[in-house]
Amino acid sequence: MNSRALRRLGLVAGVATTAIVLAGCSGGTTPTPGTTDDGEQDFEGVELTLATFNDFGYTDDLLKEFTDETGIKVVHNKAATSNDARANFFQKLGKSGLADVEAVEVDWFTEMMKYSDLVAPVPADLKGRWLDWKEQAATDAAGNLVAYGTDIGPQAVCFRADLFEAAGLPTDRDEVAGLFPTWDAFFDIADDYVAKTGKPFIDSANSVLQGLVNQLEIAYEKPDGTIVATENPDIRAAYDTVVDRAIPISAYAGQWSEDWFASMASGEYAAMLCPPWMHGIIQGNAPDITDWDVANAFPEGGGNWGGSYLVVPANGANVAAAQKLADWLTSPETQIKAFNNAGTFPSQPDAQTSPDLTGFVNEYFNDAPTGEIGIDRANAITVSTFKGEKYFQFHDALQNAVTRVFDKVEDKETSWNTWVTEVGAF
Amino acid sequence: MTTTQPRPATRSPKGEDGLRPTRVISFSQKLSKWDLKVSPYLYISPFFIMFAIVGLFPIAYTAVISFMDWDLVRNSGEFIGFDQYVWILTQPHFWTALRNTFSIFLLSSVPQLILAVFIAAVLDRNIRARTFWRMSVLLPFVVAPVAVGLIFTAIFADNFGLANNWLNAIGIPSIPWHKDPFWSHIAIATMVNYRWTGYNTLILLAAMQAVNRDYYEAATVDGAGPVRQFFSITMPSLKPTLIFVIITSTIGGLQIFDEPRVFDQFGRGGAAQQWLTISLYLYDIGWGQWNFGRAAAMAWILFVIILLIGLLNLLITRTLVRDEGLHRELSRRQQRALEKAARQNAKEGAR
Repeated sequence: MNSRALRRLGLVAGVATTAIVLAGCSGGTTPTPGTTDDGEQDFEGVELTLATFNDFGYTDDLLKEFTDETGIKVVHNKAATSNDARANFFQKLGKSGLADVEAVEVDWFTEMMKYSDLVAPVPADLKGRWLDWKEQAATDAAGNLVAYGTDIGPQAVCFRADLFEAAGLPTDRDEVAGLFPTWDAFFDIADDYVAKTGKPFIDSANSVLQGLVNQLEIAYEKPDGTIVATENPDIRAAYDTVVDRAIPISAYAGQWSEDWFASMASGEYAAMLCPPWMHGIIQGNAPDITDWDVANAFPEGGGNWGGSYLVVPANGANVAAAQKLADWLTSPETQIKAFNNAGTFPSQPDAQTSPDLTGFVNEYFNDAPTGEIGIDRANAITVSTFKGEKYFQFHDALQNAVTRVFDKVEDKETSWNTWVTEVGAF
Repeated sequence: MTTTQPRPATRSPKGEDGLRPTRVISFSQKLSKWDLKVSPYLYISPFFIMFAIVGLFPIAYTAVISFMDWDLVRNSGEFIGFDQYVWILTQPHFWTALRNTFSIFLLSSVPQLILAVFIAAVLDRNIRARTFWRMSVLLPFVVAPVAVGLIFTAIFADNFGLANNWLNAIGIPSIPWHKDPFWSHIAIATMVNYRWTGYNTLILLAAMQAVNRDYYEAATVDGAGPVRQFFSITMPSLKPTLIFVIITSTIGGLQIFDEPRVFDQFGRGGAAQQWLTISLYLYDIGWGQWNFGRAAAMAWILFVIILLIGLLNLLITRTLVRDEGLHRELSRRQQRALEKAARQNAKEGAR
């Protein structure tokens, strides 16, 4: 009864909006998405759906603020994982059934860019809201910005002060930050640590690969579509570095395994490459450890890992209202609130001057100023890696190659050749 | 059957020209005619309509897609012939997946069936709290496969897993569950066995209880021990049920997906494809790489493989059923006796 009534209301609202939008068009105001004047459109009573995954920090209270401001109701559907969201997104894109505003993770964002014509472009006046490289990655071949950036993952180094002390390394986070100007310096420190303690220095070899690849301009594909994966000397160099230097100092090949989660509390290793969203994961898996800290450093500058976008499917029922919602959700003010809710680090330069962010300290990490560290690390990111539509496949296969060497299933050259063969089959 | 004489046209033979007055058939007559011709098809149509929608159409559509370079999002494709099939068959991953599938199938089905027969034999005896034991045997089957996977992933973790902790405690070095193909197959087969042994046990138990108790009594009188009774009475009577159980485990084994999928955090069969199975590979091509043309070709190849194994099963089944050594001798003797009895009956009937 109730749901039927609601649905009927939704239908009426939908029809009403269409009528309003049509009326707007015939009125000669030509409201193209870029120049929509807020005052002219009345979204009162419209109901939108928003689909995200994991935790974007978009709480019910936050969404209620939007409803109070605009009269647009928002129904929030959360998928459990990014993979569920991905499967759902591609099965329905271009057809029907997608939410009015959909969240897209950076991992499969490149796949979506192939269909950038199926999502509504971001209004031109919002350009410049996000960091340059964040916008650049979301600009399609035709030069349209197609997605609203939410958060980013500027990487820093997390370390265990107690284990550093035991190995005779400095424990003050500023001093530790000075230890890692380059990857070579990073690996030298790590080798010393391993020699002294007999234990691995970092959690996983593939996190180093991630860090190295994210500092390249061209990884596996060129912007013009040519595949350079196996010929790119930078990739080969990254592979060599990881195999020769990162594998001997790593506890695991990859992340997210049972063992890996358990190891954060066990003191198996002393450091991790960590974007802001990793802080919550460390805290969650090692709640009793008091010695985790964050150093304001990343070898050779900066590196981004993760982060998401919002997109508005072009064939949705309420595109104009949905654009308004996406606009509002990714505004610096809202993103700061989301950061406070879930630790998602803002991708908007304006948000990075907010005292809420600059003054943010993380108690768990011994009061490390993680807000300030994140801002510095984000500013240190100078390179935006070009990620073509098959980036995910290439990178995944290369991670497997590293894992094979780590597990001693294959040696360095064999594993590289296996990867070359695999890549040839794409 | 042509006639030259005009006649009142209520019924006219075939092949008339239009010169004669048209036939007059009332609507209800027409209806009853249709009823006679069409109704039977209508009555049997639900099955065929359902079969066409959920059986035939997907299979045919898959075949169409398998010849194309298919774009799922835009719902369109380009015809490229047998390229996708060639691609699949030239992939080393495909052959690894085939090897893994059969290896896991053998490692799970064989011990599982032996164990199931043994447990069923134990439960078939007069034990206390019979229903309790029978229900306990089925308990693992109630657990969702993915939940089983998660539990066993914790057990078979390489460094901090329960299994390796126990092994270390008794002085055996850790087993590389996620590195060596064989050990990963053992781990996955264990999950399968955990879930399916109880189910097979119950089916076999039901078959055992259907065996006539007089045989056992007679055997006991003749001095046969429990072991002899088991091999000479229980096992031969179980043959038809065993065949059913073997066929269902074969199908299940070839389609194994959940357990290898949740065996590690990525669900793609390991860095060196140690536990990549065919359906896992199919899923990864389809939903990991969004290449539905290849996935469809793969589905057809899997279909053919299952068909071949099914035929093989059928052959083995036939030989097994025909080759009921013990039964045949008995039945020949019985047959003669029966013939004799029948003849006598006939004589008596004639009298």
